[in-house]
Amino acid sequence: MNFFLISLIKTGIVAGAFMTTLAYLQWIERKVLAHIQLRIGPYRVGPHGLLQPLADVIKLMTKEGFVPSHVNHFFYILAPFLAVFFALISICLIPFGPSVEIFGVRTDLGLADLNIGVLFVLAISSVGVYGVALGGWASNNKYSLLGGLRSSAQMISYELPMAIALAAPLLLLNDLSLRTIVNEQAGYYLGIIPRWTIFQMPFPQVFSFLIFLVSAFAETNRVPFDLPEAENELVGGFHTEYSSLNFAAFFMAEYANIVTVTCMATVLFLGGWHPLWPAEYGSDFVPVLLLLGGSAVLLYHGLVQPVKGRPWDRLTLPAAGMIFGALALTFLVPVLKPILIPVFWFVAKAGVLVFIFIWVRGTLPRFRYDQLMNFTWKFLFPVAIVNLLITAFAVALQGPKN
Amino acid sequence: MDLILFAFFATIAVACGISLVVQKHPIGSALSLIGVMGSLAVIYLLLGAEFIAAVQLIVYAGAIMVLFVFVIMLLNAGEETATGRSWPTRLLGIPLLAVFLGLLAYLLQRMSPSMGTVTFGAFNTGAREIGRSLFSKYLLPFEVTSVLVLIAILGAIVLARKEID
Amino acid sequence: MPQLNAVPLSWYLMLSAILFTLGVAGFLFRRNIITVFMSIELMLNAVNLSFVAFSHHLRQVDGQIFTFFVMVVAAAEAAVGLAIILTVFKNRRTLSIDEVSSLKN
Repeated sequence: MNFFLISLIKTGIVAGAFMTTLAYLQWIERKVLAHIQLRIGPYRVGPHGLLQPLADVIKLMTKEGFVPSHVNHFFYILAPFLAVFFALISICLIPFGPSVEIFGVRTDLGLADLNIGVLFVLAISSVGVYGVALGGWASNNKYSLLGGLRSSAQMISYELPMAIALAAPLLLLNDLSLRTIVNEQAGYYLGIIPRWTIFQMPFPQVFSFLIFLVSAFAETNRVPFDLPEAENELVGGFHTEYSSLNFAAFFMAEYANIVTVTCMATVLFLGGWHPLWPAEYGSDFVPVLLLLGGSAVLLYHGLVQPVKGRPWDRLTLPAAGMIFGALALTFLVPVLKPILIPVFWFVAKAGVLVFIFIWVRGTLPRFRYDQLMNFTWKFLFPVAIVNLLITAFAVALQGPKN
Repeated sequence: MDLILFAFFATIAVACGISLVVQKHPIGSALSLIGVMGSLAVIYLLLGAEFIAAVQLIVYAGAIMVLFVFVIMLLNAGEETATGRSWPTRLLGIPLLAVFLGLLAYLLQRMSPSMGTVTFGAFNTGAREIGRSLFSKYLLPFEVTSVLVLIAILGAIVLARKEID
Repeated sequence: MPQLNAVPLSWYLMLSAILFTLGVAGFLFRRNIITVFMSIELMLNAVNLSFVAFSHHLRQVDGQIFTFFVMVVAAAEAAVGLAIILTVFKNRRTLSIDEVSSLKN
């Protein structure tokens, strides 16, 4: 088949999966936050609130989308468009899986692979500051302007430790293309420990990973760094004057940034789609066992011991248990295995990181703005530089790789 | 294919350049300049300079222009009021620039048979070649520009800080 | 008319010349300090394009190294220049270069 046709099909699949993920990421966040705060979360709209994102989208679309008269019209309409555009474009580069063969067609699981992949993602996150800054300014409102300026100053300040923390594993991996980076993390030390960058030998990149995660929290304006958009601080910050679909666009941009940043962390530090221990010791059965375990828990709580006061659970939980069981069985089909298992490991690792993002949101209080800026310029940036120096020293001591 | 891409992005670059000179409000000029830098980044990719294209987006469009946009927003720069210019300036300005451009065009057209064509893929340089050259042949300029950037940081902090009374 | 995948080098240099002339026009004709400064950045970008075009033509990477240095120097210059603009604004409350002319006459 033609290259263009395959690319179109892949783009359609990735775009559809990504948009669904964004919508359901909001559901996951609300459920996880709710359970951290000992409540249930969305429960009524559809079984266990699963149709809540749909309800939110319908509400936002049917809200009166007015443009206030005092705003600068061109930039007011341009800003959410820019925010969403730059947030969504980085997903083109992320490699989801190895080269597979489906119905006789050989293709890579991933949309594109640039020679300068890492630099491109950095460039997109640098240019993505404009959506926020212009949105804050165009609203012609001092609180929005302050929120927009603070948010963009925070984003450009935290790009520096992020870029330097990205440079350290690149010293070990020696290439900028994301697919090559994942391929270099294949293999196992002593047969069991995976050669992911955080375990790689001249200097395990644990500090780079932590610095990257902390900078990622600040880049995506998440707690504890979400002062510019907190509701009780600046009336809502830079998106005060936006309503309906424009507001939804900013939120979609924020979740898309979270997904991009966790996928980048997975590719660069956690080994992409490589499993945690080799396939010959049984790591192919991990998705099957996890899904069967989930299915067993759901069937137990649905049929044998339902929680009192939640009458829907008698129907929905067994149904979900059956669905999980069916999914577990698809992971055993040998034709689908080379596609599903790498994608499972990638999604599992990125999913754990997204869960950490949501967990931190439910747990930590937020920084004050001057504490935030002090933290990056006086602590995180020097630590990132020292980490880079130590990595460079370790690589130089190791000598040339053969 | 190269021709179509070059024509498209060159048109965007020139249109954004004209918009930069013509716009009344500085924020419009700033966005036009970002447009120019973006189209130039694509043109650098057509010329095989991958690293320079990425650095153009990261440094120029993503950091320098953000500084410009910050300053415009902080100073609340308004639209420019046209002040009177003396009549020789108004009469001779644009024709002289046209003569300048015409001279450049004539010289380029005379040189053009001896220059070849640009084909995408004829000379692709990634970060590897630039790094090799930057740290071996051009090491001294690299270190000197680091000191220059340090001086610029110190100068900017000293000039723009608030006086503590 | 050139072929579809071979653009003559002189077209890139012509684009660079046009952008440079537009930068000169902005520099000479605009009154707002920030717009003047942005025209300077446009001129620097035009020159960068020439460097990269010649680097491709001569099959050497040195033109791109020079572009890299031009970008670094432009960053330093933008930082200091904007700090100067902020100081001028603090003292004179105006952003028009016609009104900071106390050395004239």
